[in-house]
Amino acid sequence: MTTAEIQAAARERAFSMPLQDIDPSDTTLFADDTVGHYFARLRRDAPVHRAHNTVFGDYWSVTTYDQIMAVDTNHQAFSSSWENGGITIMDRPMTERLQSFIMMDPPKHDVQRLAVSPIVAPANLANMEGLIRERTQRVLDALPRGEAFDWVDTVSIELTTMMLATLFDFPFEERRLLTWWSDVATTNPDVDKSRVSSWEERQAELVKMAQYFSRLWNERVNAPPKTDLISMLAHGPATRNMPPTEFLGNLVLLIVGGNDTTRNSMTGGLLALSRYPEEWAKLRANPALLDSMVPEVIRWQTPLAHMRRTATADVELGGQTIRKGEKVIMWYLSGNRDERMIADPDRLIIDRPRPRQHLAFGFGIHRCVGNRLAELQLKILWQEILKRFESIEVLDEPTRVRSNFIRGYSRLPVRIPA
Amino acid sequence: MPKVVFISHDGTRREVQAESGLSLMRAAVDNGVPGIDADCGGMCACATCHVFVEPAWGARLAPPTAQEEEMLNFTAERRETSRLACQIPVVDALDGLTVTLPEGQH
Repeated sequence: MTTAEIQAAARERAFSMPLQDIDPSDTTLFADDTVGHYFARLRRDAPVHRAHNTVFGDYWSVTTYDQIMAVDTNHQAFSSSWENGGITIMDRPMTERLQSFIMMDPPKHDVQRLAVSPIVAPANLANMEGLIRERTQRVLDALPRGEAFDWVDTVSIELTTMMLATLFDFPFEERRLLTWWSDVATTNPDVDKSRVSSWEERQAELVKMAQYFSRLWNERVNAPPKTDLISMLAHGPATRNMPPTEFLGNLVLLIVGGNDTTRNSMTGGLLALSRYPEEWAKLRANPALLDSMVPEVIRWQTPLAHMRRTATADVELGGQTIRKGEKVIMWYLSGNRDERMIADPDRLIIDRPRPRQHLAFGFGIHRCVGNRLAELQLKILWQEILKRFESIEVLDEPTRVRSNFIRGYSRLPVRIPA
Repeated sequence: MPKVVFISHDGTRREVQAESGLSLMRAAVDNGVPGIDADCGGMCACATCHVFVEPAWGARLAPPTAQEEEMLNFTAERRETSRLACQIPVVDALDGLTVTLPEGQH
Protein backbone atom coordinates (compact mmCIF):
# COMPACT_ATOMS: atom_id res chain seq x y z
CA MET A 1 0.00 0.00 0.00
CA THR A 2 1.14 3.55 -0.59
CA THR A 3 1.41 5.96 2.34
CA ALA A 4 -1.79 7.68 1.21
CA GLU A 5 -3.65 4.36 1.07
CA ILE A 6 -2.43 3.39 4.55
CA GLN A 7 -3.69 6.72 5.91
CA ALA A 8 -7.06 6.43 4.14
CA ALA A 9 -7.59 2.89 5.44
CA ALA A 10 -6.70 3.97 8.99
CA ARG A 11 -9.15 6.87 8.83
CA GLU A 12 -11.92 4.58 7.63
CA ARG A 13 -11.21 2.14 10.44
CA ALA A 14 -10.85 4.83 13.14
CA PHE A 15 -14.23 6.37 12.30
CA SER A 16 -16.13 3.09 11.93
CA MET A 17 -14.89 0.97 14.84
CA PRO A 18 -16.76 0.86 18.17
CA LEU A 19 -15.55 3.62 20.49
CA GLN A 20 -14.83 1.20 23.30
CA ASP A 21 -12.31 -0.67 21.11
CA ILE A 22 -10.16 2.37 20.39
CA ASP A 23 -6.70 2.12 21.97
CA PRO A 24 -4.46 5.03 20.96
CA SER A 25 -1.59 3.65 23.06
CA ASP A 26 -1.01 0.92 20.43
CA THR A 27 2.58 1.61 19.39
CA THR A 28 2.04 0.28 15.85
CA LEU A 29 -0.16 3.35 15.26
CA PHE A 30 2.83 5.56 16.04
CA ALA A 31 5.26 3.51 13.95
CA ASP A 32 3.11 4.05 10.83
CA ASP A 33 1.89 7.52 11.92
CA THR A 34 -1.80 6.67 11.72
CA VAL A 35 -2.69 7.44 15.35
CA GLY A 36 -3.95 10.90 14.38
CA HIS A 37 -7.13 9.44 12.89
CA TYR A 38 -8.01 7.73 16.16
CA PHE A 39 -7.38 10.96 18.04
CA ALA A 40 -9.64 12.83 15.60
CA ARG A 41 -12.41 10.33 16.30
CA LEU A 42 -11.95 10.62 20.07
CA ARG A 43 -11.93 14.44 19.97
CA ARG A 44 -15.22 14.34 18.09
CA ASP A 45 -17.00 11.54 19.93
CA ALA A 46 -15.33 10.92 23.31
CA PRO A 47 -12.85 13.62 24.40
CA VAL A 48 -12.40 11.88 27.77
CA HIS A 49 -12.31 8.19 26.89
CA ARG A 50 -11.65 4.97 28.79
CA ALA A 51 -9.70 2.11 27.22
CA HIS A 52 -9.77 -1.34 28.82
CA ASN A 53 -7.42 -4.32 28.88
CA THR A 54 -4.71 -2.86 26.69
CA VAL A 55 -0.99 -3.67 26.75
CA PHE A 56 -0.79 -0.68 29.13
CA GLY A 57 -3.78 -1.71 31.23
CA ASP A 58 -6.91 0.42 31.64
CA TYR A 59 -6.46 4.13 31.13
CA TRP A 60 -8.27 7.39 30.36
CA SER A 61 -7.39 9.35 27.22
CA VAL A 62 -7.80 13.12 27.29
CA THR A 63 -7.63 14.40 23.73
CA THR A 64 -8.92 17.98 23.45
CA TYR A 65 -6.81 21.09 24.03
CA ASP A 66 -9.06 22.52 26.76
CA GLN A 67 -9.38 19.31 28.75
CA ILE A 68 -5.63 18.67 28.57
CA MET A 69 -5.03 22.21 29.87
CA ALA A 70 -7.50 21.50 32.71
CA VAL A 71 -5.62 18.35 33.77
CA ASP A 72 -2.15 19.83 33.34
CA THR A 73 -2.93 22.85 35.54
CA ASN A 74 -4.52 20.81 38.34
CA HIS A 75 -1.68 19.00 40.08
CA GLN A 76 -3.78 18.63 43.22
CA ALA A 77 -6.25 16.32 41.50
CA PHE A 78 -3.83 14.79 38.98
CA SER A 79 -0.58 13.59 40.52
CA SER A 80 2.75 13.15 38.72
CA SER A 81 4.37 11.32 41.61
CA TRP A 82 6.33 8.16 40.87
CA GLU A 83 4.66 6.68 43.93
CA ASN A 84 1.31 6.96 42.15
CA GLY A 85 2.58 5.86 38.75
CA GLY A 86 4.71 8.67 37.34
CA ILE A 87 4.41 10.51 34.05
CA THR A 88 4.24 7.88 31.31
CA ILE A 89 1.65 5.30 30.39
CA MET A 90 4.10 2.51 31.15
CA ASP A 91 3.58 0.97 34.64
CA ARG A 92 6.63 -0.49 36.34
CA PRO A 93 7.05 -2.28 39.67
CA MET A 94 7.70 0.12 42.56
CA THR A 95 11.35 -0.90 42.90
CA GLU A 96 12.11 -0.14 39.24
CA ARG A 97 10.52 3.30 39.11
CA LEU A 98 12.84 6.17 38.37
CA GLN A 99 12.55 9.11 40.73
CA SER A 100 13.04 12.62 39.43
CA PHE A 101 11.46 15.98 39.96
CA ILE A 102 9.12 15.59 36.99
CA MET A 103 7.77 12.52 38.83
CA MET A 104 7.17 14.39 42.08
CA ASP A 105 4.41 16.65 43.35
CA PRO A 106 4.99 19.84 45.36
CA PRO A 107 6.73 20.65 47.60
CA LYS A 108 9.68 18.35 46.81
CA HIS A 109 9.25 18.88 43.08
CA ASP A 110 9.62 22.63 43.49
CA VAL A 111 12.94 22.64 45.33
CA GLN A 112 14.59 20.11 43.01
CA ARG A 113 13.39 21.87 39.89
CA LEU A 114 14.67 25.19 41.20
CA ALA A 115 18.07 23.58 41.78
CA VAL A 116 18.61 22.98 38.04
CA SER A 117 16.54 25.67 36.32
CA PRO A 118 19.22 28.42 36.52
CA ILE A 119 21.18 26.60 33.79
CA VAL A 120 18.56 27.68 31.26
CA ALA A 121 17.95 31.19 32.64
CA PRO A 122 17.97 33.99 30.05
CA ALA A 123 21.49 35.21 30.85
CA ASN A 124 22.90 31.68 30.54
CA LEU A 125 21.16 31.15 27.21
CA ALA A 126 22.79 34.31 25.90
CA ASN A 127 26.17 32.90 26.98
CA MET A 128 25.54 29.61 25.17
CA GLU A 129 24.37 31.11 21.89
CA GLY A 130 27.84 31.58 20.39
CA LEU A 131 28.90 28.02 21.12
CA ILE A 132 25.69 26.57 19.71
CA ARG A 133 26.08 28.61 16.53
CA GLU A 134 29.71 27.68 16.01
CA ARG A 135 28.95 23.96 16.39
CA THR A 136 25.93 24.16 14.13
CA GLN A 137 28.04 25.85 11.46
CA ARG A 138 30.69 23.15 11.74
CA VAL A 139 28.19 20.30 11.44
CA LEU A 140 26.44 21.87 8.45
CA ASP A 141 29.69 22.76 6.67
CA ALA A 142 30.79 19.12 6.86
CA LEU A 143 27.62 17.75 5.21
CA PRO A 144 28.13 15.94 1.89
CA ARG A 145 26.76 17.48 -1.33
CA GLY A 146 25.05 15.46 -4.02
CA GLU A 147 24.91 12.25 -2.02
CA ALA A 148 22.40 10.67 0.35
CA PHE A 149 22.91 10.75 4.10
CA ASP A 150 20.84 10.28 7.25
CA TRP A 151 19.71 13.63 8.68
CA VAL A 152 18.81 12.06 12.04
CA ASP A 153 22.27 10.75 12.86
CA THR A 154 24.40 13.32 11.07
CA VAL A 155 22.62 16.48 12.14
CA SER A 156 19.87 16.03 14.75
CA ILE A 157 21.62 13.56 17.04
CA GLU A 158 25.01 15.17 16.62
CA LEU A 159 23.84 18.68 17.51
CA THR A 160 21.66 17.71 20.47
CA THR A 161 24.31 15.37 21.88
CA MET A 162 26.97 18.07 21.76
CA MET A 163 24.58 20.41 23.59
CA LEU A 164 23.94 17.80 26.28
CA ALA A 165 27.64 17.10 26.71
CA THR A 166 28.13 20.82 27.35
CA LEU A 167 25.26 21.07 29.85
CA PHE A 168 26.69 18.16 31.87
CA ASP A 169 30.33 19.00 31.12
CA PHE A 170 30.46 15.37 30.00
CA PRO A 171 33.67 13.94 28.43
CA PHE A 172 33.16 15.22 24.88
CA GLU A 173 34.63 12.26 22.98
CA GLU A 174 32.27 9.89 24.77
CA ARG A 175 29.17 11.99 24.21
CA ARG A 176 27.33 9.35 22.16
CA LEU A 177 26.93 7.43 25.42
CA LEU A 178 24.39 10.12 26.33
CA THR A 179 22.39 9.38 23.18
CA TRP A 180 22.53 5.67 23.91
CA TRP A 181 21.37 6.02 27.51
CA SER A 182 18.59 8.40 26.52
CA ASP A 183 17.36 5.90 23.92
CA VAL A 184 17.60 2.98 26.34
CA ALA A 185 15.79 4.87 29.09
CA THR A 186 12.79 5.56 26.86
CA THR A 187 12.64 2.06 25.37
CA ASN A 188 9.84 -0.26 26.36
CA PRO A 189 11.35 -3.69 25.56
CA ASP A 190 7.89 -5.27 25.61
CA VAL A 191 7.09 -3.53 22.32
CA ASP A 192 10.51 -2.52 20.94
CA LYS A 193 13.51 -4.84 21.13
CA SER A 194 15.76 -2.84 18.81
CA ARG A 195 17.98 -1.53 21.63
CA VAL A 196 17.53 -3.82 24.64
CA SER A 197 15.60 -7.08 24.60
CA SER A 198 14.34 -7.17 28.20
CA TRP A 199 13.66 -5.00 31.24
CA GLU A 200 16.65 -6.63 32.94
CA GLU A 201 18.93 -5.62 30.08
CA ARG A 202 17.53 -2.09 30.17
CA GLN A 203 18.12 -1.87 33.90
CA ALA A 204 21.68 -3.15 33.49
CA GLU A 205 22.44 -0.37 30.98
CA LEU A 206 21.00 2.25 33.33
CA VAL A 207 23.20 0.93 36.14
CA LYS A 208 26.24 1.45 33.89
CA MET A 209 25.04 4.98 33.32
CA ALA A 210 24.65 5.55 37.06
CA GLN A 211 28.19 4.29 37.65
CA TYR A 212 29.64 6.55 34.98
CA PHE A 213 27.82 9.58 36.38
CA SER A 214 28.74 8.69 39.97
CA ARG A 215 32.37 9.09 38.93
CA LEU A 216 31.65 12.53 37.53
CA TRP A 217 29.60 13.44 40.63
CA ASN A 218 32.47 12.47 42.93
CA GLU A 219 34.89 14.61 40.93
CA ARG A 220 32.58 17.63 41.00
CA VAL A 221 31.42 17.38 44.59
CA ASN A 222 35.06 17.60 45.69
CA ALA A 223 35.78 20.57 43.41
CA PRO A 224 34.50 24.16 43.63
CA PRO A 225 30.96 24.65 42.23
CA LYS A 226 30.73 25.13 38.45
CA THR A 227 27.83 25.89 36.17
CA ASP A 228 27.26 22.40 34.70
CA LEU A 229 24.26 20.33 35.74
CA ILE A 230 26.19 17.67 37.66
CA SER A 231 28.05 20.27 39.68
CA MET A 232 24.78 22.13 40.32
CA LEU A 233 23.14 18.92 41.61
CA ALA A 234 26.22 17.94 43.63
CA HIS A 235 26.43 21.32 45.38
CA GLY A 236 22.74 22.37 45.52
CA PRO A 237 21.30 22.22 49.07
CA ALA A 238 18.10 20.56 47.78
CA THR A 239 19.88 17.90 45.73
CA ARG A 240 23.34 17.21 47.20
CA ASN A 241 22.01 14.49 49.55
CA MET A 242 19.78 12.78 46.99
CA PRO A 243 19.53 9.00 47.34
CA PRO A 244 20.98 7.06 44.36
CA THR A 245 17.53 6.39 42.88
CA GLU A 246 16.81 10.12 42.69
CA PHE A 247 20.26 10.85 41.27
CA LEU A 248 19.72 8.33 38.47
CA GLY A 249 16.14 9.48 37.94
CA ASN A 250 17.06 13.14 37.62
CA LEU A 251 19.89 12.32 35.22
CA VAL A 252 17.53 10.35 32.99
CA LEU A 253 15.06 13.22 33.11
CA LEU A 254 17.65 15.81 32.08
CA ILE A 255 19.19 13.60 29.40
CA VAL A 256 15.90 12.56 27.82
CA GLY A 257 14.48 16.05 28.23
CA GLY A 258 17.42 17.62 26.45
CA ASN A 259 17.90 14.96 23.84
CA ASP A 260 14.92 13.28 22.17
CA THR A 261 12.74 16.31 22.13
CA THR A 262 15.03 18.73 20.35
CA ARG A 263 16.47 15.97 18.16
CA ASN A 264 13.09 14.98 16.81
CA SER A 265 12.00 18.58 16.30
CA MET A 266 15.16 19.12 14.24
CA THR A 267 14.20 16.19 12.03
CA GLY A 268 10.48 16.97 12.09
CA GLY A 269 11.07 20.53 10.90
CA LEU A 270 12.89 19.35 7.80
CA LEU A 271 10.26 16.69 7.11
CA ALA A 272 7.45 19.22 7.51
CA LEU A 273 9.07 21.77 5.20
CA SER A 274 9.63 19.10 2.56
CA ARG A 275 5.94 18.20 2.71
CA TYR A 276 4.87 21.83 2.47
CA PRO A 277 7.35 23.42 0.05
CA GLU A 278 5.29 26.62 -0.06
CA GLU A 279 6.24 27.13 3.59
CA TRP A 280 9.93 26.73 2.71
CA ALA A 281 9.40 29.40 0.02
CA LYS A 282 7.78 31.73 2.56
CA LEU A 283 10.71 31.26 4.91
CA ARG A 284 13.30 31.94 2.22
CA ALA A 285 11.45 35.11 1.24
CA ASN A 286 11.20 36.28 4.85
CA PRO A 287 13.65 34.69 7.32
CA ALA A 288 12.10 36.76 10.13
CA LEU A 289 9.32 34.15 10.07
CA LEU A 290 11.70 31.85 11.95
CA ASP A 291 10.38 33.31 15.19
CA SER A 292 6.97 31.82 14.48
CA MET A 293 8.23 28.81 12.55
CA VAL A 294 10.17 27.42 15.52
CA PRO A 295 7.14 27.06 17.85
CA GLU A 296 5.05 25.89 14.88
CA VAL A 297 7.54 23.10 14.15
CA ILE A 298 7.49 22.08 17.82
CA ARG A 299 3.67 21.97 17.73
CA TRP A 300 3.64 20.04 14.45
CA GLN A 301 6.16 17.52 15.74
CA THR A 302 5.00 17.31 19.39
CA PRO A 303 8.07 15.22 20.27
CA LEU A 304 6.51 13.90 23.48
CA ALA A 305 3.15 12.44 22.47
CA HIS A 306 1.78 12.20 25.99
CA MET A 307 2.21 12.82 29.70
CA ARG A 308 0.47 10.70 32.30
CA ARG A 309 -1.18 11.67 35.59
CA THR A 310 -2.95 9.63 38.28
CA ALA A 311 -6.17 10.84 39.93
CA THR A 312 -5.72 11.57 43.64
CA ALA A 313 -9.49 11.48 44.29
CA ASP A 314 -12.68 10.91 42.31
CA VAL A 315 -12.94 13.79 39.82
CA GLU A 316 -15.32 14.86 37.04
CA LEU A 317 -13.77 15.63 33.66
CA GLY A 318 -15.66 16.20 30.43
CA GLY A 319 -18.78 14.53 31.79
CA GLN A 320 -16.91 11.40 32.92
CA THR A 321 -16.09 10.34 36.47
CA ILE A 322 -12.45 9.46 36.90
CA ARG A 323 -11.91 7.37 40.04
CA LYS A 324 -9.12 7.80 42.55
CA GLY A 325 -6.01 5.92 41.41
CA GLU A 326 -6.97 5.74 37.74
CA LYS A 327 -4.42 6.50 35.04
CA VAL A 328 -5.03 9.59 32.92
CA ILE A 329 -3.15 10.17 29.66
CA MET A 330 -2.94 13.71 28.29
CA TRP A 331 -2.33 13.18 24.59
CA TYR A 332 -0.43 16.37 23.73
CA LEU A 333 -0.21 15.17 20.15
CA SER A 334 -4.01 15.17 19.94
CA GLY A 335 -4.44 18.51 21.71
CA ASN A 336 -1.99 20.03 19.24
CA ARG A 337 -4.24 18.80 16.40
CA ASP A 338 -7.45 20.08 18.00
CA GLU A 339 -9.31 21.77 15.16
CA ARG A 340 -11.35 23.90 17.58
CA MET A 341 -8.14 25.53 18.80
CA ILE A 342 -5.83 25.40 15.77
CA ALA A 343 -7.04 25.94 12.21
CA ASP A 344 -5.97 23.29 9.66
CA PRO A 345 -3.93 21.62 12.42
CA ASP A 346 -2.29 18.84 10.38
CA ARG A 347 -0.52 21.41 8.22
CA LEU A 348 2.66 23.24 9.04
CA ILE A 349 1.86 26.94 8.60
CA ILE A 350 4.89 28.97 9.63
CA ASP A 351 3.03 32.28 9.83
CA ARG A 352 -0.09 31.09 11.60
CA PRO A 353 -1.50 33.36 14.33
CA ARG A 354 -0.54 32.62 17.95
CA PRO A 355 2.01 29.89 17.11
CA ARG A 356 3.24 29.80 20.71
CA GLN A 357 -0.10 28.51 21.99
CA HIS A 358 0.58 24.79 21.82
CA LEU A 359 0.78 21.96 24.34
CA ALA A 360 4.11 20.41 23.39
CA PHE A 361 5.94 21.80 26.46
CA GLY A 362 3.04 21.06 28.80
CA PHE A 363 1.49 23.71 31.05
CA GLY A 364 1.46 24.29 34.79
CA ILE A 365 4.21 23.52 37.27
CA HIS A 366 5.78 20.73 35.18
CA ARG A 367 6.13 22.84 32.02
CA CYS A 368 9.34 22.03 30.16
CA VAL A 369 12.24 23.71 31.95
CA GLY A 370 14.44 23.73 28.82
CA ASN A 371 11.89 25.10 26.37
CA ARG A 372 13.77 28.31 25.58
CA LEU A 373 17.03 26.46 25.03
CA ALA A 374 15.28 24.07 22.65
CA GLU A 375 13.85 27.00 20.71
CA LEU A 376 17.25 28.67 20.56
CA GLN A 377 18.90 25.52 19.17
CA LEU A 378 16.19 25.16 16.52
CA LYS A 379 16.34 28.82 15.54
CA ILE A 380 20.10 28.76 15.10
CA LEU A 381 19.92 25.53 13.08
CA TRP A 382 17.48 27.06 10.60
CA GLN A 383 19.30 30.40 10.42
CA GLU A 384 22.46 28.56 9.45
CA ILE A 385 20.65 26.24 7.02
CA LEU A 386 19.16 29.26 5.25
CA LYS A 387 22.61 30.80 4.83
CA ARG A 388 23.98 27.65 3.19
CA PHE A 389 21.45 25.57 1.31
CA GLU A 390 18.90 26.44 -1.37
CA SER A 391 17.12 23.19 -0.62
CA ILE A 392 17.46 19.86 1.15
CA GLU A 393 15.72 16.95 -0.58
CA VAL A 394 13.98 14.35 1.58
CA LEU A 395 14.53 11.09 -0.34
CA ASP A 396 12.16 8.73 1.41
CA GLU A 397 9.66 8.40 4.25
CA PRO A 398 11.31 8.56 7.68
CA THR A 399 11.65 5.52 9.92
CA ARG A 400 9.65 6.25 13.05
CA VAL A 401 10.37 5.23 16.61
CA ARG A 402 7.97 2.57 17.86
CA SER A 403 6.81 4.39 20.98
CA ASN A 404 3.66 6.12 22.19
CA PHE A 405 5.76 8.50 24.33
CA ILE A 406 8.70 9.61 22.19
CA ARG A 407 7.29 10.80 18.87
CA GLY A 408 10.39 10.61 16.80
CA TYR A 409 12.49 9.27 13.98
CA SER A 410 15.39 6.88 13.78
CA ARG A 411 16.23 7.69 10.13
CA LEU A 412 15.48 10.31 7.48
CA PRO A 413 17.42 9.96 4.23
CA VAL A 414 18.16 13.30 2.56
CA ARG A 415 20.39 14.86 -0.10
CA ILE A 416 21.71 18.36 -0.52
CA PRO A 417 21.97 19.18 -4.24
CA ALA A 418 25.59 19.50 -5.40
CA MET B 1 -9.29 53.56 28.05
CA PRO B 2 -6.62 53.46 30.76
CA LYS B 3 -3.02 54.06 29.77
CA VAL B 4 -0.42 51.50 30.85
CA VAL B 5 3.38 51.65 30.51
CA PHE B 6 5.76 48.77 29.79
CA ILE B 7 9.48 49.35 30.35
CA SER B 8 11.58 46.70 28.62
CA HIS B 9 14.74 45.15 30.07
CA ASP B 10 16.87 47.55 27.99
CA GLY B 11 14.92 50.54 29.31
CA THR B 12 12.69 51.19 26.29
CA ARG B 13 9.40 52.71 27.42
CA ARG B 14 6.15 51.84 25.64
CA GLU B 15 2.84 53.47 26.49
CA VAL B 16 -0.30 51.75 25.28
CA GLN B 17 -4.02 52.32 25.65
CA ALA B 18 -5.45 49.25 27.35
CA GLU B 19 -8.99 48.06 26.86
CA SER B 20 -10.72 48.32 30.20
CA GLY B 21 -11.60 44.92 31.67
CA LEU B 22 -9.05 42.95 29.65
CA SER B 23 -5.82 41.74 31.22
CA LEU B 24 -2.51 43.59 31.25
CA MET B 25 -1.14 40.68 29.18
CA ARG B 26 -3.75 41.38 26.46
CA ALA B 27 -2.82 45.07 26.49
CA ALA B 28 0.77 44.08 25.70
CA VAL B 29 0.01 41.40 23.14
CA ASP B 30 -2.73 43.37 21.32
CA ASN B 31 -0.41 46.37 21.05
CA GLY B 32 2.63 44.40 19.92
CA VAL B 33 4.72 45.08 23.02
CA PRO B 34 7.76 42.77 22.70
CA GLY B 35 8.90 40.70 25.68
CA ILE B 36 5.50 39.34 26.70
CA ASP B 37 5.21 35.84 25.21
CA ALA B 38 1.96 34.65 26.83
CA ASP B 39 2.41 31.08 25.63
CA CYS B 40 -0.66 29.74 27.46
CA GLY B 41 -2.94 32.53 26.27
CA GLY B 42 -3.89 33.79 29.71
CA MET B 43 -4.53 30.59 31.69
CA CYS B 44 -1.96 31.31 34.43
CA ALA B 45 -0.15 28.19 33.28
CA CYS B 46 3.23 29.17 31.76
CA ALA B 47 4.63 32.29 33.48
CA THR B 48 5.73 33.85 30.18
CA CYS B 49 3.98 37.17 30.85
CA HIS B 50 6.11 37.90 33.92
CA VAL B 51 6.34 41.59 34.87
CA PHE B 52 7.66 43.63 37.81
CA VAL B 53 5.02 45.99 39.18
CA GLU B 54 6.21 49.16 40.87
CA PRO B 55 5.37 48.85 44.59
CA ALA B 56 3.01 51.83 44.65
CA TRP B 57 0.95 50.15 41.94
CA GLY B 58 1.34 46.64 43.32
CA ALA B 59 -0.44 47.64 46.52
CA ARG B 60 -3.52 48.55 44.48
CA LEU B 61 -3.83 45.11 42.84
CA ALA B 62 -5.59 42.03 44.15
CA PRO B 63 -2.94 39.71 45.62
CA PRO B 64 -1.78 36.76 43.53
CA THR B 65 -3.75 33.51 43.74
CA ALA B 66 -2.07 30.29 44.87
CA GLN B 67 -1.78 29.20 41.24
CA GLU B 68 -0.10 32.48 40.23
CA GLU B 69 2.31 32.13 43.17
CA GLU B 70 3.22 28.62 42.01
CA MET B 71 3.92 29.71 38.47
CA LEU B 72 5.89 32.79 39.58
CA ASN B 73 8.01 30.50 41.72
CA PHE B 74 9.51 29.00 38.55
CA THR B 75 10.38 32.25 36.77
CA ALA B 76 14.06 32.98 36.22
CA GLU B 77 14.22 36.14 38.32
CA ARG B 78 11.45 36.12 40.88
CA ARG B 79 11.22 39.33 42.92
CA GLU B 80 8.90 40.77 45.55
CA THR B 81 7.26 42.77 42.79
CA SER B 82 6.77 39.86 40.37
CA ARG B 83 3.32 39.31 38.87
CA LEU B 84 1.85 37.59 35.84
CA ALA B 85 0.33 40.16 33.52
CA CYS B 86 -2.49 37.77 32.53
CA GLN B 87 -3.75 37.86 36.13
CA ILE B 88 -4.06 41.67 36.28
CA PRO B 89 -7.33 43.03 34.88
CA VAL B 90 -6.78 46.59 33.71
CA VAL B 91 -9.52 48.87 35.00
CA ASP B 92 -9.90 52.65 34.72
CA ALA B 93 -8.53 53.12 38.26
CA LEU B 94 -5.21 51.68 37.04
CA ASP B 95 -4.65 54.48 34.50
CA GLY B 96 -0.89 55.08 34.48
CA LEU B 97 0.07 51.57 35.70
CA THR B 98 3.78 51.06 35.03
CA VAL B 99 5.54 47.70 34.87
CA THR B 100 9.06 46.55 33.98
CA LEU B 101 9.86 43.42 31.96
CA PRO B 102 12.47 40.80 32.91
CA GLU B 103 15.43 39.90 30.70
CA GLY B 104 13.55 36.97 29.21
CA GLN B 105 10.34 35.01 29.59
CA HIS B 106 10.89 31.47 30.58
